[in-house]
Amino acid sequence: MTGSPHDAAVGDELPHFRRAPDLDHWNRYAAVNYEFVPIHMDDEAGRAAGYASAFGMGNLQFSYLHNLLRQWVGDEGEVLELSCQFRAANVKGQVVTARGTVSDVRSDGATRVLTLELWTEEQTGVRLAVGQARVALTGEAD
Amino acid sequence: MTSFISAGMAGAVGRTISRRKSFPVAESDIRRWAIAVYWPDPPPRLFWDADYAAGTRHGGIVAPQEFNPFAWMPAESDIVPVTDDAERIERMLGVEGPGLTFELNGGRAAAYGARIRPGDVITAVSRLAGYTEKTGRLGPMLFTVTEDTWTNQIGALVVRSQMTSIRY
Repeated sequence: MTGSPHDAAVGDELPHFRRAPDLDHWNRYAAVNYEFVPIHMDDEAGRAAGYASAFGMGNLQFSYLHNLLRQWVGDEGEVLELSCQFRAANVKGQVVTARGTVSDVRSDGATRVLTLELWTEEQTGVRLAVGQARVALTGEAD
Repeated sequence: MTSFISAGMAGAVGRTISRRKSFPVAESDIRRWAIAVYWPDPPPRLFWDADYAAGTRHGGIVAPQEFNPFAWMPAESDIVPVTDDAERIERMLGVEGPGLTFELNGGRAAAYGARIRPGDVITAVSRLAGYTEKTGRLGPMLFTVTEDTWTNQIGALVVRSQMTSIRY
């Protein structure tokens, strides 16, 4: 586990970001992203699509990966790029944890650019979303 | 396997799907987005506390980078009213669709530029990047990639992104 991103090295793990998403999370997200899709709100629609229940939005997993980075780099860091594939659904009853590791560190003048492997996983370790990101850090650690 | 990709769909690859312009982004739009994606914990002050945000390198409130300024309704759009079904892309392009019912989000990729701030007006141009077909756990599936380019009111790039939808 790493502390400050300013001191991060390849292989370091980021502090995780964890949520237990359910309809109260998904409905709030639907309301801000206009994502009122039956599979995210109705268990029958989720089962008809091949899943155990209604399930959360991939876009919310995308936000959780951003949250993971933001809580680590703080307001002085910047997410440059983030991509992910959604490999499994976040169905009801799961605890979702966003995690990441540092895969590359480069310096460009006063800016430090970190490349990271990111994913979200449910409580048994099955990965839901898997991706990569680059973040930029300017200045010195506090 | 019979292809889901009609001749019309193949011919539409590379075409612009839509152009949209947002309403001016409000502080409350940013605040509510941040509340939703951090729920149930409070979101970072950068997204809702103007005094705090003024003291950061941003100089004021900015939106989380994955924020969507087009939720609910754009101010301007060339999208004709279509139902929010699994063939809306082909309907917008005026071509025959694949005849599939279910749709999932297969993935997203974003490269970010200028931050979105209160008052910004964002223009989005969406393009059909391509189709591929695979067989997975849920049977034969159609992957559709769309590319969006968002710019702000002074023409600065906000984000260039790709979204992959999976239909089956």
